[in-house]
Amino acid sequence: MSNILEVRDLSVSYGGIQAVRGISFDVPEGQVVTLIGANGAGKSSTLRSIVGLVKPAGGSILFQGEELKGNPTETIVRKGITLVPEGRRVFVNLTVQENLRLGAYMRNDDLLKDLNWVYDLFPRLKERNWQAAGTLSGGEQQMLAIARALMSRPRLIMMDEPSLGLAPIIVQGVFDIIREINRRGVTILLVEQNANMALKAADLAYVMETGRITMKGKGSELAENEEIKAAYLGKARK
Amino acid sequence: MDWLSKNLPYLMAGISVGGQYALIAIGYTMVYGILRLINFAHGDIFMVAGLVMVYASTVMPVYLAIPLVLVVTVVIGFVVERVAYKPLRSAPRMSVMISAIGVSYLLQNLALYVTGGLAQQYPAIPWISDTITVFGVTTKRVTVITPPLVIVLVAALVMLIQKTKIGMAMRAASKDFETSQLMGIRINSVISMTFIIGSFLAAVGSLLFFSNYTGVTPTVGAMPGLKAFVAAVFGGIGSIPGAVIGAFIIGISENIIKGLGWTTFSDAFTFALLIVVLIFKPTGLFGEAANDKV
Ligand SMILES: Nc1ncnc2c1ncn2[C@@H]1O[C@H](COP(=O)(O)OP(=O)(O)OP(=O)(O)O)[C@@H](O)[C@H]1O
Ligand SMILES: [Mg+2]
Repeated sequence: MSNILEVRDLSVSYGGIQAVRGISFDVPEGQVVTLIGANGAGKSSTLRSIVGLVKPAGGSILFQGEELKGNPTETIVRKGITLVPEGRRVFVNLTVQENLRLGAYMRNDDLLKDLNWVYDLFPRLKERNWQAAGTLSGGEQQMLAIARALMSRPRLIMMDEPSLGLAPIIVQGVFDIIREINRRGVTILLVEQNANMALKAADLAYVMETGRITMKGKGSELAENEEIKAAYLGKARK
Repeated sequence: MDWLSKNLPYLMAGISVGGQYALIAIGYTMVYGILRLINFAHGDIFMVAGLVMVYASTVMPVYLAIPLVLVVTVVIGFVVERVAYKPLRSAPRMSVMISAIGVSYLLQNLALYVTGGLAQQYPAIPWISDTITVFGVTTKRVTVITPPLVIVLVAALVMLIQKTKIGMAMRAASKDFETSQLMGIRINSVISMTFIIGSFLAAVGSLLFFSNYTGVTPTVGAMPGLKAFVAAVFGGIGSIPGAVIGAFIIGISENIIKGLGWTTFSDAFTFALLIVVLIFKPTGLFGEAANDKV
């Protein structure tokens, strides 16, 4: 299977701090890939540098064989890649529907089909269509952030901790949606601290520690790995 | 009744000048809304629009000079942003503020150079500057034209912001640059659009304002600029309806004070109002709670 995204020797620095120290990983087309790691491991920095919100210090980012590094965010997202940012970042002053329309900002064709598609995935959003996004609950805002990203018809969606701060039952819903979106043909790169859920959902998983990738494997394999269990799954070694 | 007939001229002048302040105030409030920047050069752009009219009208008929004023002012607003503010996009806000003050002095000094410091007679615009009598008050036609024109322009602007795609992008960008970029919005185009709208309205404001004013000097933009700025703060900086209402309140109050015979204090009133607002309601009439943009 071909890789939709290939990251090579990517590094990110903030002033003197090296947040990402030369990581390489692949995202095969059509799969769910997860990147797990503790606070401050450099997961968000990795995603943000892929979409050009931070400038990488070095390395290369190939999306469908094309170098993304050095392009502004507006150009990168036009190529079919999008990010559901950490903390949802819905436009609180705009209505639900306006948020969705903004997701499709770069498109000029009819949005009705896509709106119906996301309303079908998230019936709750349809009910809240004319409400300001700021009045939605945390879970609903997360749904909106995902739906908004889908409106651009991306080939690759990157999600930064979509389960953060949500009740367990809502988290389950978010992961169901992730699988459903993937089933409909969108490749997913998922950053999570909820390693348990993420590994279950993922075809391929990478573990990140202090700016480096320290482990790689099938999601199901890593879920059984003793070191991972001890470090991320909160289960003591037997 | 007696009071009304005595004060009607002041009331009319107040509504009119308030409308002119409103057209300037919108530029302050929109730029603040998107960049969190007080564009100190805005009053000077208003002054430049006045000078362009002065010189244009000496070489061409008024019906050509007016569109030229609008275009040149818009171009100046656009260029100022691209040259003086855009390169500082990721610099601390204070640097942009200082750059704005620099542009303000630059425009004033260019005007000083061009005019030689002499007040330039503003041309009489046919029809607009004609003297008319309404309700027994003799005034220039501009006094009665301004309020409806301002209402039409503000309504058009509100439609643009609420109903169009670029308007939606402007509202999104005023909350969150990064996420707007993730939507594919070109932030720099949105910012340029804001300066273009602000400068256009300031140019319209200058056509109306100077039709009722003696002459254009290099520092003539300072006072109306400052009052429009106070109006924007009073209404809640960042809010367009706030700026418009604030401007009308200031224009009317100022002229009522003049009507009472306290002309000397009419400017002082505006600044006293600024101080009171900053102390008791820093977010103004319609302002949102402090919102430091991410
Ligand atoms: N804008 C910034 N300026 C300076 N340092 C930063 C900045 N953003 C991130 N860092 C630092 O870079 C390191 C990696 O941060 P990053 O946000 O990528 O981690 P993360 O894996 O996403 O963590 P979390 O799970 O808490 O979201 C951290 O040490 C962080 O303090
Ligand atoms: Mg993070």
